[in-house]
Amino acid sequence: MTEQSSSTSEIPLIVEMRGIVKRFPGVLANDHVDFKLLHGEIHGLLGENGAGKSTLMNVLAGLYRQEVGTIFVNGVPKVFSSPRDAIKAGIGMVHQHFMLVPSQTVTENILLGLDEPRFFLRLPEYDSKIAELGERFGLKVDPRAKIWQLSVGEQQRVEILKMLYRGVDVLIMDEPTAVLAPQEIEGLFVTLRAMIAQGKSVIFISHKLQEVSAIADRVSVLRRGVCTASGVASKGVSRQELARLMVGREVVFSIDKKPSNPQGVVLEVDDIYAENDKGLPALRGVSLNVRAGEIVGVAGVAGNGQSEISQVIAGMRQCKQGQVLLNGDKVSNRTTLFGIQHGMAYVPEDRTHVGSAPNLSITDNVIMKNYRKSPISKNGLLDMKAATRLANELKTAYDIIVPSVSTPVRLLSGGNLQRVILAREISGLPAFMVAVQPTRGLDVGAIEGVQRLLLAQREAGAAVLLISEELEELLSLSDRIYVIYEGKIMGEVKVGGENADEMLVDVIGQMMTGTPLEQIQKEGAVA
Amino acid sequence: MDFTIILQAGIASGTVLLFATIGELFAERSGVMNLGVEGMMLIGAMSAFSTTIATGNPWLGVLVAMFFAGLISQIHAFIVITLQADQVVSGLSLTFLGVGISLVLGEGLSKAGTVSLLPNFSIPLLTLIPIIGKIFFTNQSVLVYFGYLLVPLSWYYINHTRPGLHLRAVGEYPSATDALGINVFRTRYFYVFIGGMLAGLAGATISLAVSPGWFSELTTGGQGWIAIGLVIFAQWDPIRAAVGAYAFGALRRLILDVQGPLLLLGFANPFYYNPYLGFFLQMLPYLFTVVVLVIGSREAMKKRIGAPAALGNPYIRGERGK
Repeated sequence: MTEQSSSTSEIPLIVEMRGIVKRFPGVLANDHVDFKLLHGEIHGLLGENGAGKSTLMNVLAGLYRQEVGTIFVNGVPKVFSSPRDAIKAGIGMVHQHFMLVPSQTVTENILLGLDEPRFFLRLPEYDSKIAELGERFGLKVDPRAKIWQLSVGEQQRVEILKMLYRGVDVLIMDEPTAVLAPQEIEGLFVTLRAMIAQGKSVIFISHKLQEVSAIADRVSVLRRGVCTASGVASKGVSRQELARLMVGREVVFSIDKKPSNPQGVVLEVDDIYAENDKGLPALRGVSLNVRAGEIVGVAGVAGNGQSEISQVIAGMRQCKQGQVLLNGDKVSNRTTLFGIQHGMAYVPEDRTHVGSAPNLSITDNVIMKNYRKSPISKNGLLDMKAATRLANELKTAYDIIVPSVSTPVRLLSGGNLQRVILAREISGLPAFMVAVQPTRGLDVGAIEGVQRLLLAQREAGAAVLLISEELEELLSLSDRIYVIYEGKIMGEVKVGGENADEMLVDVIGQMMTGTPLEQIQKEGAVA
Repeated sequence: MDFTIILQAGIASGTVLLFATIGELFAERSGVMNLGVEGMMLIGAMSAFSTTIATGNPWLGVLVAMFFAGLISQIHAFIVITLQADQVVSGLSLTFLGVGISLVLGEGLSKAGTVSLLPNFSIPLLTLIPIIGKIFFTNQSVLVYFGYLLVPLSWYYINHTRPGLHLRAVGEYPSATDALGINVFRTRYFYVFIGGMLAGLAGATISLAVSPGWFSELTTGGQGWIAIGLVIFAQWDPIRAAVGAYAFGALRRLILDVQGPLLLLGFANPFYYNPYLGFFLQMLPYLFTVVVLVIGSREAMKKRIGAPAALGNPYIRGERGK
């Protein structure tokens, strides 16, 4: 445990949590955690997904009740039985998922649940009050706008305003940057600093090291429910050191991979056209191929047809024209079962609804593809003993952290759930795998685990199509990258070799915004 | 014959639909669909009539009707709010229950003769307005005038008061509302009760004012279903609900009349000369019901027509990992 002892003693503690214990069925979420918040600081709370950060802060915000431990606010012990109590004591939380009524205006949402106004709403009067408050903290938003008209960033501002209007002194932000675009993140940081300048204190929950070291004055780190660092100054600690405190081992920031040795073409996508859910054209003549023993990336800004490509390949979406060949067999516009029987593995974008059945156990989820075959299928019946045995083997092999394989998968953290899905897909020894956003929303340790599994597939000779919005991930894993823009492939680039990363990023960036590769090359030749 | 007399009667008959529609609108705004309106109206009509026979006081009849219909609505509230059962199934069974109870307790009421009814009167000065004065403000029941007041009051209440704000929030996003310390369950019970009371008032309006007497299940004749359909037509807005209710009320009157349509619309009443067409009219409530059920069970459809987002969904306090 790293403690900072001296310099902080003269600044008063606004919040102190002592020995907090919180249990959920099968999980010890917080194990005697201590947490100290100084007046007027931004305090980063770091930890992997499932480390217990949100739980600890939900206790502080009055949403959960701790089993053991005490909360002191300004030195006075407090018991919160609801978020209302916490707000009364000056502590408010902005959750990751916004709690705003879409059909109501900003002002209405802020006034919801307050005792004032008593009966008549008199909205114009409160509109101007809220506009004023927003101005003070640099939170620009039109009080008369309906929530559904606002961007995600603006909605977050409404959530912050909601807490400020209630007069909180301590604002807890749960993963506030997860939903924001880069420019919006900068805006949020400006707001948080403005709040500090006006005497508020902020707790900033995140699993992103970079952001925490950019914004926080001091940092606390949680790992598996235990506090591994408490209030260390963020200036005095390196990113590597913080990462080690988070995951308990050195995190390798660059993944080393062997040079590729691609064999014959496994997947051939030939000029496909498809529509999205709204019936609008989403794919307009996409062609690409993936060879055995290589990872091929698809880059692009979200919503340019990436989901649709993966769905057409996996057999979950009809294509209007063109075809998808897997080892020479046509798999497009056929059943998903046909694809599976021909060696297709699919790691979908939506882990909880497409990738798994949330209410079923880990065992049920891992046998979903191979239940037709021996040893799971025995004389046409399921052999649940064999299934449980398999699930336990996979649990160990893929490092799925749960008390039991009979746990419903909806209770798993994102990283564990993704490992369950990958365990199922990989254990079928696929010839081809399509993975969509496999690391989105996962923490550092889990991301690395998933990436290693994908590389292992490549080394085992499988063909992998990786669709991701994380350019860094694509560059570190892929051998080739296709860039998609508005349902068309803008071009293909090779990774590694003579191409330097900065040059690649520049070219890919141009393609992502709609410039075809030929044009870039032509202009390059002229210049 | 003056066609205004027909429209005047149409407004009175539309008042029945108005009460039932506004009542259902309140319940649905809180997120609870109650398909038991027909049953609650029958309970109201029966208890209003029988109370008035027993006591001779129609005002007491109205109060008893509202109380009993409100009471029976709480069965639905308990089933769908506390027990979190399917709202469509529970609502349908509430109609069966209401019809059953009112038929049993109303046995013999049809021969009970006449009772003293709620007073009719005209509003001085307003009657002088050409046509409108005649249709809306001349010799109408006191309940009709109450209906005129109820519409703007409901609209203002829903859109411009704090409890109205809470009502809307509960129907749109109950978990967010709960997090802000508003009791979702209590709010929903309350507005289901309001819905029941207004359905009871609608029943009392029939049996004590518009078409006095007790004619077993024909007393309401499917108007409860029309009210449920009107809520959707009105897109959960009281002003539009009033327009729909009065239009439907007028339509019901016109159809029974020979000369009215000729005077008003320029062609003879087809229903009068072809009685078979009347059967199609009688089908309307059931057609409405089918539409309501289709809409109630399709999330995408609900979103498109602007229904309260949580309509039809029980509220369950969140668990971890959801």
